[in-house]
Amino acid sequence: MRPATKDFWKRFLGNRGALIGLFILISVVLMAIFAPLIYPKDPWAMVQRPFLPPLDAQGFWFGTDTLGRDIGAGLVYGAQVSLLVGVVSTVVALAIGVTLGAVAGYYGGLVDDALMRFTEFFQTIPNFALAIVLVAILQPSTESVIIAIGVVSWPPVARLVRGEFLSLRSREFVQAARVVGQSNGQIIFGQVLPNTLSPIIVMASLMVATAILLESALSFLGLGDPNTMSWGYMIGAARTVIRQAWWMSVFPGVAILLTVLALNLVGEGLNDALNPRLARKGR
Amino acid sequence: MQKLSFIIKRLFKAVVVLLAIVVLNFFLIRAAPGDPAQVMAGEAGAADAKFIEQLQEKFGLNKPLHEQLAIYVGGIVTFDLGYSYRQEQPVAKLIMDRLPATLLLTGTAFFISIALGLLFGAIAASRVGTLADTAVTSLALLFYATPLFWVALMSILLFSVVLGWLPAYGMVTVGANLTGFAYVLDVAEHLVLPALTLGLFFMAIYTRLTRSSMLEVADMDFVKTARAKGVHPARITRVHVLRNAVLPVITLAGIQAGQIVGGAVLTETVFAWPGIGRLMYDALFQRDYNLLLGIFFVSSAMVLLFNLITDVVYTFVDPRIELK
Repeated sequence: MRPATKDFWKRFLGNRGALIGLFILISVVLMAIFAPLIYPKDPWAMVQRPFLPPLDAQGFWFGTDTLGRDIGAGLVYGAQVSLLVGVVSTVVALAIGVTLGAVAGYYGGLVDDALMRFTEFFQTIPNFALAIVLVAILQPSTESVIIAIGVVSWPPVARLVRGEFLSLRSREFVQAARVVGQSNGQIIFGQVLPNTLSPIIVMASLMVATAILLESALSFLGLGDPNTMSWGYMIGAARTVIRQAWWMSVFPGVAILLTVLALNLVGEGLNDALNPRLARKGR
Repeated sequence: MQKLSFIIKRLFKAVVVLLAIVVLNFFLIRAAPGDPAQVMAGEAGAADAKFIEQLQEKFGLNKPLHEQLAIYVGGIVTFDLGYSYRQEQPVAKLIMDRLPATLLLTGTAFFISIALGLLFGAIAASRVGTLADTAVTSLALLFYATPLFWVALMSILLFSVVLGWLPAYGMVTVGANLTGFAYVLDVAEHLVLPALTLGLFFMAIYTRLTRSSMLEVADMDFVKTARAKGVHPARITRVHVLRNAVLPVITLAGIQAGQIVGGAVLTETVFAWPGIGRLMYDALFQRDYNLLLGIFFVSSAMVLLFNLITDVVYTFVDPRIELK
């Protein structure tokens, strides 16, 4: 292992919060992968009497919902949706944000001005309201939810990448690459971008967390894919019966909370491990 | 004078952004599956042929695209947001009826989140490493990861269902017909849970930011000088550190204003608060796109207003600010 990599792991694994986060996150990922093994039955299938409280019947630790569907199965299958939407929509947002930010920061001047006005515009409009409108217009489906979250989440990435590019573009290694005759595209992707990776990685891990929160909020409003069981949908369906069946909304909420918390802890751990000097200054 | 021209420039910028949102709305209608007239009328098939014809006439839907855009923008500029076929009322009127409730809710939540965020952040920063600091930072981390709508539901479960302290739904007690002070008190009682849950998430953000920003300022030379001069520690925290640390919080609060307005959709839905967020949820259910886009436009305008207010506040809080 390179000494820098070794240092990184030492710092990351020495961070208790990050370790707890990583442990929770790995559990959620495993749960999502092995969902069909844990609950062979469809999460939409009626398996017991409706409104079964948790721990009341053998094998139904989390109780059942208004139609006798197993809450436990919903939790496990919901993990798939949350992780999928969280990761893919972050990739979409990164693709938009990194491209625009890199172009703005690298070229500067008028291009930068125009792109930054565009970014500011997207930062000003109420994020969640735009996501709602987008999903409603595109019709609810996993794809439209991913697109909507990607479209509202890229501005911070663009600003971050632009800032990094502005400070890096006049460095010697960039000038050297230019002298050697590399094209702008080669310099942007081959020279400058690799040097901005660590803050991007940190931001990406925090963005997955935000994306999961957004996805759950959209499904809560009934804007999720109608054919997939998600945590937000479960809470939305439980809203009207909260007086009779607390477990229907409590467990999926805890699942979202733990997953998002884990991602935030891992993100902060990555931040401390990748930028040790900055991290120490902050405390 | 300089302040005035700064504010006028900001106002101009806000108007440009609003126009851009109108253009965005125009294209969103056309991105929806189906004919624009059908989309504007709401759920396909629900509208009669005559109404569709009227819409086509009014928005010039058989004219070239740029003329359609001009007609659409012209309509919005005169505050004609269209007609909600579902609710049988003009969209502008529907929104205006609901706007005060939303302004009350988001304004209160905005204020609560900043005030409590600064308070808790300052408490944590001035006692770094102690139990109080750990408690505040852990709670902030927790709230930051909690879905807003779930906190809202859980607070109903705890404070209304189990403890019975506060009303769970609505803005006033139905059928009580209160007036004067009793009415204000009634609304305030209904406001507590929605405003707190909406403000909580943002409070977590401001707490974390205040803490880190105060720690950063506390390391600066002028603070060391003050300490060396023997200024009382409490005064250093209050006057030297907090006053400087508050600036990034205000900046972020301005940026976050949009999120609070968006979050209102969730809180208003859960608490049946009669604002535009709840109206948006209803519009969603009825696929009332005209109303939906109208609310989107008005909530964006609200965000711009909040931004403008924080900009103005900023110029007063920080005399060093460069007015450009």
